[in-house]
Amino acid sequence: MPAASLDIEGLSAGYGPTRILEDVSFSVPAGGRLAILGRNGMGKTTLFATIAGQTRRYDGRINLDEGDLSALSGPDRALRGLGYVPQSRAIFKSLTVEENLFVGLKSRPKSALEEAYAMFPRLAERRRNLGSQLSGGEQQMLTTARSILGQPTVLLLDEPLEGLAPVICDELMAAFLSLAETKAMTILLVEQRIKAALDFAESVLILERGRVAWSGTPAELEAQPETVDRLLGVGH
Amino acid sequence: MTTIFEVLNLSKRFGGLVVTNDVSLTLNKGDRVALIGPNGAGKTTFVNLVTGHLKPGAGTVRMDGVDVTADTPTKRVRAGLVRTFQVTRLFSEMMPEEHVALALLQREGRSGQMLTNYHFMPEIMSETYDILGVLGLRDVAKLPVSEIAYGQQRLLEIALAMALRPKVLLLDEPAAGVPHADTVLIEKALAQLPPDLAVLMIEHDMDFVFRFAQRVIVLAAGAIIFDGSPEAVANDPHVREAYLGSYADARSVA
Repeated sequence: MPAASLDIEGLSAGYGPTRILEDVSFSVPAGGRLAILGRNGMGKTTLFATIAGQTRRYDGRINLDEGDLSALSGPDRALRGLGYVPQSRAIFKSLTVEENLFVGLKSRPKSALEEAYAMFPRLAERRRNLGSQLSGGEQQMLTTARSILGQPTVLLLDEPLEGLAPVICDELMAAFLSLAETKAMTILLVEQRIKAALDFAESVLILERGRVAWSGTPAELEAQPETVDRLLGVGH
Repeated sequence: MTTIFEVLNLSKRFGGLVVTNDVSLTLNKGDRVALIGPNGAGKTTFVNLVTGHLKPGAGTVRMDGVDVTADTPTKRVRAGLVRTFQVTRLFSEMMPEEHVALALLQREGRSGQMLTNYHFMPEIMSETYDILGVLGLRDVAKLPVSEIAYGQQRLLEIALAMALRPKVLLLDEPAAGVPHADTVLIEKALAQLPPDLAVLMIEHDMDFVFRFAQRVIVLAAGAIIFDGSPEAVANDPHVREAYLGSYADARSVA
């Protein structure tokens, strides 16, 4: 399936009585690359979890290529093409690397595993090791590879570079760029490494206390150091 | 320079996989050393081995000249070898003040008094706030951990380690998960640590590493492939290829 567009309209969500997201709206075209920035606790992870159907949505629509996903369960959203790489490195620790990757294949043939190993040669070396024997960075690679194997049309990446060696970060960002540029996937990226996120993205959205505080292009943001300082700087 | 920590010919296998391969290194009092290397190189395993969380296949670990290789993790902590973890392990409902006070009571062998009111123990209160001050956490001392920024939670982990009076402090990715803009808080806090404390830090944020470290050790496939100055490591072709990638180019240009 080629990349899909994602249209978020008036999304509000939270945990029990605590509202985290308020009236968030944005659009990403098919094959687009959106970076979502913001300090910790501003709602970035909640936004992804809500799009993926893992957090309670109070209001709003989540349109994937015109179809509204918001009434569907998380697994049904995944079947419709939504991929989610959570921050928590959610691997199966009692399964081997290869068995973890099988989970991501959905109905694809086993030979597709080679795509994951080409992206992360380190996982090929560790294919018979249990998830519990992987380093933190290797777990991060496995989570990302498993999601990409399922060929999502829209991929949500929550801090995919955390714990990875600089050279792996370079390779991974190049791979993400290629997936979007070939229109294989639309990619939304939450990342603390602001420079890496701005180098990757076509458009940027900054969340502040659960609302969209700023949106524009990376070049526009880089031309506004006061915005960067106010919304992303220390101690605010 | 006074040697405080020595690792001699440390090795470990997981089945057929050699995860630590004849590693030897020395830390002197006051050292600020970064341990870097590719994912799966064995950095956290090294920390687990020297702190007693894993048993080595061969090798010796010495603290202050004393062989601690057979000691339990707790005994090593009492000898001054203290670590932090990659992922925070805090009580979300408790305050930073309570975390540090409890660590101090534990250190003093007074954990039986944990349920009593430590506010009436002036020595505990005084040291608690001294430590929180060093880490820049006084302003949030009475907030539940769940309400403080993640960067401050990472600092609280270091505060807990400091409460154990380390002579050698091993920090496992202290900036992981912390917004880049906030790593400056961690850097500032580390700059306040006692000058004679030896600190070994695992970290992938290279800007942070190059500002912090006087010496960089590179581990790859379980073995040390480089041990030298930050300037030299950025120019080492093997390290550039195996680990630094474009960061080394950016640094050379800078």
